[in-house]
Amino acid sequence: MKSLLIEPDRHPKDHPGQERSYTLGPLQAGPPCCDPQTLLSIKNLSLSYGSTPALKNVSLDIYQGCITALIGPSGCGKTSFLSALNRLTDMIPTCNVSGDIHFHGINIHDPKQDVLNLRRNIGMIFQKPLPFPVSIRRNIELPLREHGIDNPTESDAIVQQVLSDVGLWAEVKDRLNAPAQALSGGQQQRLCIARALALKPQVLLMDEPCSALDPISSAVVEDLIQRLRGRYTIVIVTHNLAQAKRIANYAGFFWVSDRAGCLIEFGQCKQIFESPQHELTAAYVNGSRG
Amino acid sequence: MFLSQTDKHLSLWLRLCTLISATILALIIMFLLAESWPLLKHGVLTQFISDESWHPAQRLYNILPMLSATLLSTLGALTLATPLGIASAMFNRYYAPSFLASGYRRIIELMAGIPSVVYGLWGLTTLAPVINLWHPPGVSLLCAILVLAMMILPTIALTADSALGAIPVVFHQTAAALALSRWGTIRHVLLPLAKSSIGAGIMLATGRAIGETMAVLMVAGNVVQQPDSLFDSVRTLTANIALEMAYAMGDHRAALFVSGLALMLMIILLAGLAEINKRSS
Amino acid sequence: MLKNRLATLLIWLSVILISAVFVVLVLDLVRHGWAELSLAYLVDAPLDAGRGGGIGPIMVSTGLILALTISVAAPLSLATAVFLTEFSSKNSVFSGIIKRSLDVLASVPSIVFGLFGNAFFCVYLGLGFSILSGGLTLACMVLPILIRTFSEGLRAAPDEYRLAAAALGLNRAAALRHFLLPTATPALIAGLMLAIGRAIAETAALIFTSGYVDRMPDSLMDSGRALSIHIYDLSMNVAGGDSHANSAALILISLLFMINTLSSKLAYHWMHKRITCL
Repeated sequence: MKSLLIEPDRHPKDHPGQERSYTLGPLQAGPPCCDPQTLLSIKNLSLSYGSTPALKNVSLDIYQGCITALIGPSGCGKTSFLSALNRLTDMIPTCNVSGDIHFHGINIHDPKQDVLNLRRNIGMIFQKPLPFPVSIRRNIELPLREHGIDNPTESDAIVQQVLSDVGLWAEVKDRLNAPAQALSGGQQQRLCIARALALKPQVLLMDEPCSALDPISSAVVEDLIQRLRGRYTIVIVTHNLAQAKRIANYAGFFWVSDRAGCLIEFGQCKQIFESPQHELTAAYVNGSRG
Repeated sequence: MFLSQTDKHLSLWLRLCTLISATILALIIMFLLAESWPLLKHGVLTQFISDESWHPAQRLYNILPMLSATLLSTLGALTLATPLGIASAMFNRYYAPSFLASGYRRIIELMAGIPSVVYGLWGLTTLAPVINLWHPPGVSLLCAILVLAMMILPTIALTADSALGAIPVVFHQTAAALALSRWGTIRHVLLPLAKSSIGAGIMLATGRAIGETMAVLMVAGNVVQQPDSLFDSVRTLTANIALEMAYAMGDHRAALFVSGLALMLMIILLAGLAEINKRSS
Repeated sequence: MLKNRLATLLIWLSVILISAVFVVLVLDLVRHGWAELSLAYLVDAPLDAGRGGGIGPIMVSTGLILALTISVAAPLSLATAVFLTEFSSKNSVFSGIIKRSLDVLASVPSIVFGLFGNAFFCVYLGLGFSILSGGLTLACMVLPILIRTFSEGLRAAPDEYRLAAAALGLNRAAALRHFLLPTATPALIAGLMLAIGRAIAETAALIFTSGYVDRMPDSLMDSGRALSIHIYDLSMNVAGGDSHANSAALILISLLFMINTLSSKLAYHWMHKRITCL
């Protein structure tokens, strides 16, 4: 970790000797979560839009290879928190971010930080599936090409690999040149995940990835997220408490106080749901508030 | 805002182009001022309204007759085109059966696309002779008003049409639930809602009427005089520039640029009014 | 109830009046202009100040002026529109000033553009009465129209594409090239057609910039007479030129009609194509 810039292909030392390939393991892989290693560390993060505060003093660690779920009522700054992690907040002119976010121990707000590279390492999945209005193949190829992979053989291989990883290959292999927007909602969302995976990210930020989908597609995507555990570090915002309980290793509970979002409690998923320390958390997970 | 290296380069080029685009207005005003300077430098602006008449050969530059011709023809055209244009829009939105509405809208769009020189030609060859039968000479303030009204009507009709179209459906439903008549709904609910957008359209049309040159030049008769009746020939500011620019030299040329400045002043005033209208809504 | 009836009646009457005027106008043009129309009229040189012959050189001059106008104004407008929509924040003072100045520019009367073009391009830059001066003057005139339609087209591209592209680590240039500009293409085409229509209809801005000469132009530095100026000159300055003026007007209107139809067809076709086979 000498260089400030994060190189996309550097393997974290936590995966010694493991060749980084696109194939997902059959199921769980990676370090167990009882031995948490911090990948992203957030300290005193505050965020405001103009003079309206959205988030105050959030500090938490995101552990490598785990799924961290962020829960809480609407408007408590979970999505803003997520966008701050890959500096997507830069796109909003009025948005001010203060506090420290370290990725691999390196401050992501360092002026020397290459933001495009950061975003390549920290992928993001949005609530609404957002395939670009081009073909399925082009959706994956375009970002690859922009990041310097323009050899057709190589990119074809990657396309097949990531589509297989998300379980879409069998469904679309005969119509790779069809417009991506003709796919169903669930397929579109899986394509978006595949598109993010093609860039070999280390972290995936997911902003309610299932909430715009029908129950069956939602289950398929949820399964997929489970299978990504270990290989990728996942931070997921969800309103579906049952889903958070099913898939997450860690959970953070956000709440609005003084008109700004703040983190009430953070801990192992089991603890948050079964023995919450804070009364607000208890009320929320038991469904009596929010 | 974060920009990558490529983006920084691109941004620089784009900023340069944007600057060029923005400079044009400044250049126009600068050159109008520079060319008017030979007359303006005496500092006697009153000469443009106090001179005996417009006789460039005798260095008399009274632009008042032209100014009043411009204002009168614009005012007349607005008086005709505003009710007709709003009526057109209401027809499209609330009165026409759907097959007629699209056809009629197409007619208005086509009218908007007819070049001013063609309106002028038609006014000169068809309208003016008809007016001449009634009261010679035909080419007159009235003819100019009629042709101008036809030209600005589409502007008013199309902006009013889209203003009415932008009103949320719930207002129609509410009005219907209160059992208002069709005209009652339009008069008391819908028109007030669209008022400021329609106003913006009328201002746009006013600007177009003030600045119109070719059509007015061809049908107004171009006699420099204060009109006594609708049937008198008049010469507008714009027509005056178009007619005399070809041979104007020295102070005469400067006087024409002064009338150009006067036009610009009116347009900027209108833009200011439009801005106030936008802010207040 | 009476008011309701009266309003309906008045509105129908206005609509019938307007439609009637439109029909009379078109019929008059066709009736007076039809007789002279032929293929030869389109390619022949004018004779006897336009009373005879055709409009060949005039069509060429018009085409040259248009081509020049668009090739200067389109890139400049696109760059400005991209800057205003993608590279500057909405509240910045710089872009606010630029937007105001473009709004005013859009309402500057064409005769004032003529004055400016004459003073700046013909005299100050020494280009004289030429197709170049005329084309550049018209470029200034259509610039605000192009910038406005281009900006609207870009703004209509969903913000989500920008976010999704940024989340994939694409820079703005790539997002523009791959998603935003293609999505905005129908609007870009519509804007171009609008500008061409405005430029081809323009007369007042050209009288003192591109001039009256009805010979075939040899270069862009030659004076060339545009179609609209030909109509004006025939009807005002040439006794007995009315029927030829009507023919030229008929051609001008047909051209505008074609541009108008083509633009909506193209925009539709492009949109359709993008959805089905890209």
